[in-house]
Amino acid sequence: MWSFFHKLGSPPWLYRIAGTILRWLLPVTILALCVGLVWGLLYTAPDFRQGNSYRIIYIHVPAAVVALAGYYVMALAGAVSLIWKMKMADVALKSCAPIGAALTFIALVTGSIWGKPTWGTWWVWDARITSMLILLFLYLGVVALYEAYDNKEAAGKACAVLSLVGMVNIPIIYKSVDWWYSLHQPASIKFTGNSSIDPSMLYPLLLMIAAFYALFTCCLLLNMRAEILEREARTGWVRKLAQGEGG
Amino acid sequence: MYFESLGAALAMDGHGAYVWSAYAISLVVVALILIVPRQRQRRFLRQLAGEQKRQQQGPITGLEGK
Repeated sequence: MWSFFHKLGSPPWLYRIAGTILRWLLPVTILALCVGLVWGLLYTAPDFRQGNSYRIIYIHVPAAVVALAGYYVMALAGAVSLIWKMKMADVALKSCAPIGAALTFIALVTGSIWGKPTWGTWWVWDARITSMLILLFLYLGVVALYEAYDNKEAAGKACAVLSLVGMVNIPIIYKSVDWWYSLHQPASIKFTGNSSIDPSMLYPLLLMIAAFYALFTCCLLLNMRAEILEREARTGWVRKLAQGEGG
Repeated sequence: MYFESLGAALAMDGHGAYVWSAYAISLVVVALILIVPRQRQRRFLRQLAGEQKRQQQGPITGLEGK
């Protein structure tokens, strides 16, 4: 058990294992995304009330779900790097932020496009949408905060604190559709009780959610690999790697 | 397939512009977050390799014995 944690803290080991995982996870992710996309776009029946515009659900919901899950990962990495001063946790924290921002951006933009034919407006200052916008700013805040510091260690600490403080926003996003009167529809998928979505629409949606989780993992590993190399630029194993690459 | 023709799939009963633009924007963003870190890593390794080459062929500084 401890040796596993020890390995997790070792940059060359993490770099290599991330490469091994990516070699099979990346093709699987792209395949799942393509299948889910075609399935949702062309092979499902339209919603009886919203017509075809509901097809946006197949990217909107997965992007939003994983943007939230990504925040847990980021905050957890922040906690680990603060408590145990683990450098690789700091790498993970920094690598989560741009992906989370991109996914939150997708959720907001697709939601806005979906809102136009459904609600008749691109944007409302509604609890769910506003709290998602705050999530985007939290992610972008972490990215900007890293750039603002010259000292990497101080930057890591500040970002870890910011990501932990930002956790307050997460339950607000979850509960926003129940707590406030909102245009946004409540959750259609429930772990307990019956989902209010037809199985023929549910399966492609679940596939897309799984694909987005895998996409997040892939991007996280890709970012971490690049970040590890840059931080370890002075070490022997990175120099050897560069020699092999640059010929 | 649910739609009868390619044209019907593109139009989606008047919702086509919304649905397809949402998918297109998402596709671009997803492609970006996959490509950017790879480019960054490749650029970094190439730069590092160049630096090493220059150091090896670098001018004689009088420190050869070191």
